Amino acid sequence: MFTSVDDVSARLAETGYLASPAVATTVFLADRLGKPLLVEGPAGVGKTELAKAVAEVAGARLVRLQCYEGVDESRALYEWNHAKQLLRISAGRDESWDETRTDIFSEEFLLTRPLLTAIRGDDPKVLLIDETDKADVEVEGLLLEVLSDFQVTVPELGTITATRRPFVVLTSNASRELSEALRRRCLFLHIGFPEEELERRIVRLKVPGLDETLARSVVRVVGALRAMDLRKVPSVAETIDWARTLLALGADTLDETVVRDTLGALLKHQDDVLKATAKLDLDAL
Amino acid sequence: MTTPAGVAERLTSLVGALRAHGIRIGTSETVDAGRAIEVLGLADREQLREGLAATLLHGTGVRQVFDPVFDLYFPRGVGAPERESAGRENLRDRLAAALAVNDQAMMGQLAVEAVDGFGGYGSSPESDGWSSYQALERLRPQTLLARVRDEVRARGGSSGFADRLLEDEIRQRIEAFRALVALEARRRVAERRGRDEIARRAVRPTADRVDFLFAGKAQLAELRRAVQPLARKLATRLAARRRRASRGSIDLRRTLRGSLSTGGVPMKPVLRRRRPVRPELVLLCDVSGSVSGFSDFTMLLVQALHDQFSKVRVFAFVNRIDEVTGLLERGTADPEGLSARIEADATVTGYHGSSDYGMALGEFAERYAEAVGPRTTVFVLGDARTNMSDPNLPAVRQIAERARRVYWLNPEQHSRWGTGDSAAPAYAELVEMHECRTARQLSALVARLLPV
Repeated sequence: MFTSVDDVSARLAETGYLASPAVATTVFLADRLGKPLLVEGPAGVGKTELAKAVAEVAGARLVRLQCYEGVDESRALYEWNHAKQLLRISAGRDESWDETRTDIFSEEFLLTRPLLTAIRGDDPKVLLIDETDKADVEVEGLLLEVLSDFQVTVPELGTITATRRPFVVLTSNASRELSEALRRRCLFLHIGFPEEELERRIVRLKVPGLDETLARSVVRVVGALRAMDLRKVPSVAETIDWARTLLALGADTLDETVVRDTLGALLKHQDDVLKATAKLDLDAL
Repeated sequence: MTTPAGVAERLTSLVGALRAHGIRIGTSETVDAGRAIEVLGLADREQLREGLAATLLHGTGVRQVFDPVFDLYFPRGVGAPERESAGRENLRDRLAAALAVNDQAMMGQLAVEAVDGFGGYGSSPESDGWSSYQALERLRPQTLLARVRDEVRARGGSSGFADRLLEDEIRQRIEAFRALVALEARRRVAERRGRDEIARRAVRPTADRVDFLFAGKAQLAELRRAVQPLARKLATRLAARRRRASRGSIDLRRTLRGSLSTGGVPMKPVLRRRRPVRPELVLLCDVSGSVSGFSDFTMLLVQALHDQFSKVRVFAFVNRIDEVTGLLERGTADPEGLSARIEADATVTGYHGSSDYGMALGEFAERYAEAVGPRTTVFVLGDARTNMSDPNLPAVRQIAERARRVYWLNPEQHSRWGTGDSAAPAYAELVEMHECRTARQLSALVARLLPV
């Protein structure tokens, strides 16, 4: 898929995803070694975006499995279309049971869910398993088989093996520790907050109307906020929100009033707002 | 594998050093790392670093161990720098310029020169070495702050609102430079003393393996940040224990009665149902200077776990005891100010400021006896160093008799119990005492000892 690490960065950048060297290297490795990529990091640093960008670059279809508490095999893997099967049985009244049985357990009545969809067919696919930590431990067991051998066993149809391995991205917010077994099957990538330079480029890319010096100040203030001990530090998504807010307000430069009035775009807790106000000397007018 | 000769050995010894730090790496990961080297090549060091981290590591916490170990095994260069080191003033000038524009490559280069020029000590081959401390003492990068600030301002690199952040930013850059110097000194020492030994001894362990008693300020801050995730993990573990515990033993009478419908053959065993107990927790924490890091962390952890119990009460003492449950509840937003608030709002000292276990425990048994009942598990946190005063064993006995269980968590090494003014052996005879030196030990103990 990619020829070199620089190729990864360049092509991801074309789709509007600016990757840090760590991200580019790991994506390149995941592609070359054919291993799933486990991405962890705080909310809003672009974990899901990465999968979308890779899919766009590779011209692949994005298959997404959104995990939540209680997601199970029939939601993740496959399910038989019971209603349709019943219709089929009642329609073919004078058939023998053997004929009916072979018919109702065929492809036509199979509802494929993301995991099965991703390993069937010959077109390139990117499988995104989002918020893996939200799923129960049982689902992890299910993932183990799929991710290590890229095959799924449907008792009535036999084992389905991928003819073309999908590029797999798992994301996690670390709200639960994923099992060691799952981690071992993946390449691990931690996306943290970007360096100042990279974040400025991201802001300029996402909010093109923003003035260069203002973008620089925005990133510096966010960097200072991240250094504080806050309950919820602002992420890249919040930086972009804030930049958009400033643009919408028509602010040319940052000053006390503007920052104080728009701090809500960055910080989501009242405690944090108070703390930041004190540390940035916003009330010293 | 078609990697150059020696790389495989280099890789396996890197893995060995990481394992010595308690990072679990299997053979298959090492093989993957080898393939990563093959694919990435050795041309770009940062790519190699990320590639190895992606294949060898499985979590974020261990990255801070990985980076310095990687730097030792795959160093930027070998031996001394080629150019002869210039004088101190010259180096400071160039450092100021690099700090002003945040040129990290230049800072790395300067760190190499700084260690070479000012970090060496000793002259005989046995006793010489390289010291980052000495290099930094001579160079004093922190005194460049004002100069760099003025330089940045003069060039118009910082203006308006964000200008107030400038000093902090420069401080961070200086801090980064100090880290680079430490790194370089370690590399030079490793060349002399052998890489494996330095990788094992001179690389700081992850925060959860640091001794509470010797943890620095930064490490304690890191531990505080780890409280919430750790509490979440422990809560899951407690829930699992609770599930297992609720299976219970066979209720023979009801099993036999049920068997009548199957002709007297017991087909379905009926389990005895457990009455759900509501465990209560009482914490007695020594908050005197020597062990306060340990107590702070444990208090925050228990507070984060409070929804697992019907009641949690926390008491702090130095030589007098006072309840601080309320302070903790209000304090979740500001964990770092906890000890200051306890000092300000609670009466934990009287007459003098050193800890006195006998007095504090006696006062607890007297004033707060009602806090301890047959459903209560009591944890005492402290090093049991009573400053030579009476350990007041009857008070402990009295608490132990009333409570369901009493555990004592001691942050001191087991071999040091009973030395000097430690009354640990005397207390250990009355209540169960556990050594609890690191966050890792603490979480293991909490998962095992907490009542379910």
